[in-house]
Amino acid sequence: MAGKPRVAFYWAGSCGGCEIAVLEIRERILDLAQAVDIIFWPVAMDFKYQDVEAMEDGSIDVCFFNGAIRSAENEHLARLFRAKSKTLVAYGSCAHEGCIPGLANLSDREGIFEVVYRENPSVENPEKLVPVTRYDLPEGEVELPTFYDTVRTLGQTVPVDYSVPGCPPQAHQSWAVFEAFVKGELPPVGSVIGAGEKTVCDECEHVKEEKKVKQFFRIHEIVPDEKKCLLEQGIICAGPATRSGCGALCPTANLPCRGCYGPPPGVVDQGAKFLSAVASVVDANTEEEAARIVSQIADPIGTFYRFGLAASLLRRRKLDQ
Amino acid sequence: MKKISIDPITRLEGHGRIDIFLDEEGEVANAYLVIPELRGFEKFCQGRPVEELPRITARICGVCPEAHLMASAKACDAVYHVDPPPAGKKLRELFYSAFYVADHTTHFYILGAPDFVMGPDADPAVRNILGVIAKVGVETGGKVIEARARSLDIIKMLGARTVHPIGAIPGGMSKPLSAEERVDVEESARWMVDFAQFTIQLFNDLVLANKEYVDLILSDPYTLPTYYMGLVDDKNRVNFYDGLVRVVDPEGEELVKYAPAQYLDNVAERVEPWTYVKIPYLKKIGWKGFVGGKDSGVYQATPLSRLNAADGMATPLAQAEYERMYETLGGKPVHQTLATHWARIIELLYAAERLLELTMDPEITDRNVRTIPTETPTEGVGIVEAPRGTLTHHYVTDEQGLVTECNLIVGTTNNIAPMSISIRQAAQGLIKKGEVISEGLLNMVEMAFRAYDPCMSCATHALPGRMPLEVRILDSTGQLVERLSQGLA
Ligand code: SF4
Ligand code: SF4
Repeated sequence: MAGKPRVAFYWAGSCGGCEIAVLEIRERILDLAQAVDIIFWPVAMDFKYQDVEAMEDGSIDVCFFNGAIRSAENEHLARLFRAKSKTLVAYGSCAHEGCIPGLANLSDREGIFEVVYRENPSVENPEKLVPVTRYDLPEGEVELPTFYDTVRTLGQTVPVDYSVPGCPPQAHQSWAVFEAFVKGELPPVGSVIGAGEKTVCDECEHVKEEKKVKQFFRIHEIVPDEKKCLLEQGIICAGPATRSGCGALCPTANLPCRGCYGPPPGVVDQGAKFLSAVASVVDANTEEEAARIVSQIADPIGTFYRFGLAASLLRRRKLDQ
Repeated sequence: MKKISIDPITRLEGHGRIDIFLDEEGEVANAYLVIPELRGFEKFCQGRPVEELPRITARICGVCPEAHLMASAKACDAVYHVDPPPAGKKLRELFYSAFYVADHTTHFYILGAPDFVMGPDADPAVRNILGVIAKVGVETGGKVIEARARSLDIIKMLGARTVHPIGAIPGGMSKPLSAEERVDVEESARWMVDFAQFTIQLFNDLVLANKEYVDLILSDPYTLPTYYMGLVDDKNRVNFYDGLVRVVDPEGEELVKYAPAQYLDNVAERVEPWTYVKIPYLKKIGWKGFVGGKDSGVYQATPLSRLNAADGMATPLAQAEYERMYETLGGKPVHQTLATHWARIIELLYAAERLLELTMDPEITDRNVRTIPTETPTEGVGIVEAPRGTLTHHYVTDEQGLVTECNLIVGTTNNIAPMSISIRQAAQGLIKKGEVISEGLLNMVEMAFRAYDPCMSCATHALPGRMPLEVRILDSTGQLVERLSQGLA
């Protein structure tokens, strides 16, 4: 790359946490600003859409794009940044695999509008109004972007070169990713970067003893032993089905992993892998008994696909039409 | 009719936009704050185990996940009819106080200070945190970074992570605070009390000592009498974590004081087809449109509102500052929205003092931090004060504790109506006969809503940042007539 790499950060349908997480590299932000030319960064710098539109295609070296594709506006910007960027990185769980907001794929626009604008008990809406994309006010017309039925990942919308997992990516991992770009030391296109090559269990300090369980517990039901593996105490933990990289943070608070770093290397469907990991700790003599124990798990879809539904083989509940 | 669009105003669950319409005479006819994003948590939280909601709803906002975590955990306590042990509640409040220190520090220095320290019509190139630091000294910048770092370290200590921390669960907290950890927290809390006092001194020297700024605070475009909302303790003092919601009228008289479970008797939400966000108002007063005053159900829920709605602060240094603010501004309630910045640093001082009090509480390191729920789950409401307003989570579950209904009234949305009014007022005061007076206008309009610290402004938290603001003047056919921009590359 001639000169400093030109870098952009952008966000679509997300909570803002990925942007805040970048800041958590703390004072190294200044090193980053030295090493690269940051041309767009809503959290730290001002920008406007027109500037991006006016740029030549491919004139951004790397764009870190966070957030899922929830609306027509998100999609428009995903296409725009794809065209303008040589390398497009899906940064964070929403862009990578849909994240928690991807659970909306268990419903659709109509279902969401019905609850949010009509059913919620604080809503006073006798005319049963819902937002519309064009609306005539007395003073003129106001527009809204179309809200889609389905949450899509960035990679389901435009071709993506790399993905950084995590909700949000942890600061030390983000720093490693920025360094890799600056030094030009990148793995093949299509790789997951900013994470480990094992599972969360490999980084976890809770000790596994190859114990089996007869019963599963929800987090509020028991006080677990702080030293032992949570899954082996019957608390559903996504550690075995989740890529390493965060440093096994959640178990340090005596709470299970929920899988925000996505599937480990070689696994396509995190939920399927998770289910088999859970089944492997069940202590049962017969298949019926095993099935009975596994059926105690509350909300299997929302548990096994907490972060990855939009990217999974299931992807969404079937639409009626 | 001409339309002026300010687009984008950065994050509030995504992007936001202000459309200002001019009439034939070129006067401001109306202004609309349009929120073009929705994610639908109320729907997809249905079917989830309720104890997972503190972790799930934290993803509503990456800027104040701590507020959702706490409101959700409290709603879960109510659903399970469980009362956390004293140390569990105190640890939650300790965690939450540390969060307030980080959040209010960030807002005051990064978003608020540039206007007051550099001046509202200073060159945008210096009207930012770097300009502030250049003027007040590098040492101050270092303190701001340190305040944030110390707060985040406390959050991580109890919540394992900084963005989207965990740890609050039905019945209490998932782990206790050790004696060694407590020593570190105490040390940070003492540092933060000093830092908050330093911040107030800075505000005295740079703002209150300057007549021009005081006049600006007191000027008409930034004055908006409405109802005010805030959580109070049993002595009607400000509390962020627990208590009853008190609402006072524009004269400062109590309208109502309600427990979380009674929120539906008091707050309703309106749906407008031109925005994805719902607009809350006081149910008993009713919706009378985007207007302030005693007959309109519009209320504000901001740091200033909390101070207006309370009788005082629960800690001594903050109480002294509280009294001084009302003396200086002519008594209670204060309707000047720009005084919100002052209220915010009084709250910063309170949060630091409260944090210190809690670290000195002999019970704080008690190992008993959670009560295991035994009753059948049903329904519950949890309310905390998010930095940007009263935050309500309401869940109904089946007997298994799977959520069947989820309703959320989040911090910033409380202020959608007053923000819209403030923006309209500022625009009306500044745009005359279709003439957009100056580039300074953009900042003056922006200041009208920046005081509320709407979550969209949080996108600029923590680094040199200004909200990008662009005013487009369009004629009735949508033709671009003129464009002014501020702080845009
Ligand atoms: S299953 Fe969970 S608790 Fe057990 S080792 Fe893996 S990450 Fe740790
Ligand atoms: S432990 Fe699991 S859920 Fe927690 S941060 Fe790590 S990958 Fe994410």
